[in-house]
Amino acid sequence: MKVSYFPGCTLKNKAKDLDKYARLCALKLGVELEEIENWQCCGGAFSMGEDEIASKLSSVRALQYAKEKDQYLVSVCSACHNVLKQTNYQMQNNSDFAFKANNYLAFDNPYNGETKVIHYLELLRDVIGFDKIKENTVNPLKDKKIAAYYGCLLLRPSKVLAMDDAENPSIMEDFIKAIGATPVVYPYRNECCGGYATLEDKNLVNKKSGLVKNSAKNNGADLIITACPLCKYNLEKNNNTDIPVVYITELLAEALGLKEE
Amino acid sequence: MQRIGVFVCWCGSNIAATVDVKAVAEALKSEPGVVFSTDYQYMCSQAGQDLIKEAIKEHKLTGLVICSCSPRMHENTFRKVAADSGINPYMVEIANIREQCSWVHKDKAIGTEKAIILARAAVAKVHLNTPLTPGESEVTKRALVIGGGIAGIQTALDIADAGYKVDIVETKPTIGGKMAQLDKTFPTLDCAACILTPKMVEVAQNENVRIFSYSEVTEVGGFVGNFTVKIKKKARYVKEDVCTGCGLCTEKCPMKKVPNDFNLGMNNKGAIYIPFAQAVPKVATIDPNYCNMLKNGKCGLCAKVCTAGAIDYTQKDEIIEEKYGAIVAATGYNPISLDKFDEFAYNQSKDVITSLEFERLTNAAGPTNGVLLRPSDLKHPKTIVFVQCVGSRCSADASKGKEYCSKICCMYTAKHAMLTRDKYPDTDVYVFYIDVRTPGKNFDEFYRRAVEEYGVHYIKGMVGKVIPEGDKLIVQGSDLLDNKQLKIEADLVVLAAAIEPDKSARNLATMLTASMDTNDFFTEAHPKLRPVESPTAGIFLSGTCQGPKDIPETVSQAGAAASKVIGLLAKDKLKGNPCVAHSDELMCNGCSSCERVCPYKAITYVDKEFRMPDRTTKVRRVAFVNEAVCQGCGACTVACPSGAMDLKGFKSKQIMAEVDAICK
Repeated sequence: MKVSYFPGCTLKNKAKDLDKYARLCALKLGVELEEIENWQCCGGAFSMGEDEIASKLSSVRALQYAKEKDQYLVSVCSACHNVLKQTNYQMQNNSDFAFKANNYLAFDNPYNGETKVIHYLELLRDVIGFDKIKENTVNPLKDKKIAAYYGCLLLRPSKVLAMDDAENPSIMEDFIKAIGATPVVYPYRNECCGGYATLEDKNLVNKKSGLVKNSAKNNGADLIITACPLCKYNLEKNNNTDIPVVYITELLAEALGLKEE
Repeated sequence: MQRIGVFVCWCGSNIAATVDVKAVAEALKSEPGVVFSTDYQYMCSQAGQDLIKEAIKEHKLTGLVICSCSPRMHENTFRKVAADSGINPYMVEIANIREQCSWVHKDKAIGTEKAIILARAAVAKVHLNTPLTPGESEVTKRALVIGGGIAGIQTALDIADAGYKVDIVETKPTIGGKMAQLDKTFPTLDCAACILTPKMVEVAQNENVRIFSYSEVTEVGGFVGNFTVKIKKKARYVKEDVCTGCGLCTEKCPMKKVPNDFNLGMNNKGAIYIPFAQAVPKVATIDPNYCNMLKNGKCGLCAKVCTAGAIDYTQKDEIIEEKYGAIVAATGYNPISLDKFDEFAYNQSKDVITSLEFERLTNAAGPTNGVLLRPSDLKHPKTIVFVQCVGSRCSADASKGKEYCSKICCMYTAKHAMLTRDKYPDTDVYVFYIDVRTPGKNFDEFYRRAVEEYGVHYIKGMVGKVIPEGDKLIVQGSDLLDNKQLKIEADLVVLAAAIEPDKSARNLATMLTASMDTNDFFTEAHPKLRPVESPTAGIFLSGTCQGPKDIPETVSQAGAAASKVIGLLAKDKLKGNPCVAHSDELMCNGCSSCERVCPYKAITYVDKEFRMPDRTTKVRRVAFVNEAVCQGCGACTVACPSGAMDLKGFKSKQIMAEVDAICK
């Protein structure tokens, strides 16, 4: 099976591992991530301005690409996924926005939100199935206590992202169980790491990230996993609590025996 | 040929502002059969009614068309005018040119044109109207109250006081409802049990009242004045008339691990139990899910210790059928489930509780004997945070919680906060609120006392997250007046969960054919003028099943519902609705389609002898409508494939004539 894949800029630079293992693991599990031709930056953050169109056009282009291929549109980066999903929601529900975006892009067939946008975790859960991951796990991470860090972009706004209960999610914990490890549920798992505020207020981000890491550690975790490059950056950069942070795809690769040392 | 009079009402400026009423009256003059047409400022007024009566006399009218407001408003008024003047009331048609015309149009030309068309349709119908006479039915002089909380108890007491028989059906083993679980009541702070239990005893001892506890209504048939109701009396495995309520069995029961639902699961009880000391009826009940004797046939200890010999492990559910003249729904409320509000950590920490759980914690008969100890470690909480509007006043977009205000939370939270500070002055008490709403007699004074005399910290703003950390709860919230983010280290967090109608209400509404709103509250017949009646005749509403309300309001409404029931039961006979289904036996082919769709079970089939054209006779199976049961919904007329079924007063021919007149 093939799906359209939107890697995003960070996965081509700082988060190469997130990208590499996403492709390898998916392939092992029977899904080829087919990179969209000529994709452009998602914009990094979804603009809340109702009349903001230009910054969302690259997403619409990616969505249209997947529609023409009749494929799911998959991304791993929480920020890219958030922008793609929210843009798609606008294309479905805001006719004024859809009309203007289509006018700009002048496709042969207008795009009206037909593509199904899913995050890599949803690909694992809903398309591949956690059972299949369990079957393919060769290195079950039995003794590992792992804290899933969702951050904010993966789950919210919950009505639009519609992946899981934003206040009590379980998709990453179920993933952790599937690869044989023990999930650690801790209160800060769906709180913000500080995000882009790191550019102007390092102290604030240090505080926010510190709360997350301390909370995970105090609840007994050995490791934090995340899907978001910015979350990983903030957690690693801004705090001295000693707990490693890895990408979900790295961990999956380890479990599937695909990790290169 | 009918002699029809047309009367166009201005309704002050309600109609006249967007409909040229004179033009309507003028245009209708030329309709066939119309011999008189006029307009008047207020047709429903005494002067307007006299005008109609005069015209009937002078022009020898046989049918009337009133162009006015909705028939729901004044159809009965004008039918009465007709009857007073010797015309059959069903010869009156209303053309609704207010709700369906003047109120929805802005352009006078369009409004006028539409009013004329609506009036023409009504004239076309009157031509085909025939006089109808309603039948009469007896009234069963007994009322049923469904729900035995304070609403049901008060309604039953008031009906019984007027000398009528009344039955209460309560699903729990005891009556008393939510009020029995409360500690104190606002704004007077008298103890809930002290004012409720005398009423419970009174209702139990009243010879006009029967209480079916641990029972459910399973089927409702019939119609106003003549309901037939099936009540399932669940097996409690204890003979109600033999048990003395001594409680010995509840002490000896070896099964001690049954969550005590009366204390909201905060402590345990035995498999055989009496919910609380003042329960009515005070008899034991066995929970079959936990009783070893019922599950495995081993134990039988309660039967051995019972000196009265009341235990009966072989008891079965029993169905009782009874007739009633009126039914009152008093099914009450429950706090909503907090599963969708995990930001408050209700499911993660034992020390995050609901306000109802707080009531039990402070109640002398509760799990801690009234000493305020937090559930996790039974320590006295030094800092308590109350969060209001948990699940109330949610935006429709939030896909969780309720849009409405639950109404009682502001007051009970003020009560909890005040009582905590009064009993434990060393405790810091915070209340997060969106707004404090205290309309009610002595309500605002009460809240001010909590703030001013008892030093409760009221913070305008909502809590975003509750984080269990060690033995503390970190409450993250915002203070909107101070524009600050707050973090409070609390020992106990109390959530004022929204209230919603009891889950049984939806099922009951279907049985009663009573309507509900989108929140599953029962709808009243008119929000202002008929607040305790359901739109379905003979069904009345009492208490929170109709909308959130506090105890004083519930008691007033319970009394109002009772007075409506008494008014109904005081009548010996009821006039029915003559607009009921009627089957043309010659056209009926006996297919049973109508019988299947009839929601009131008003249609049966009978074998009837018919004379054939060749003078032989033949027995055919044909539909028969019980006119006393039929509610005139018209479902059968649509289902009938042969066109035999018709609704009196709304025959297909009449409706088609209206459509033709509109399309002309």
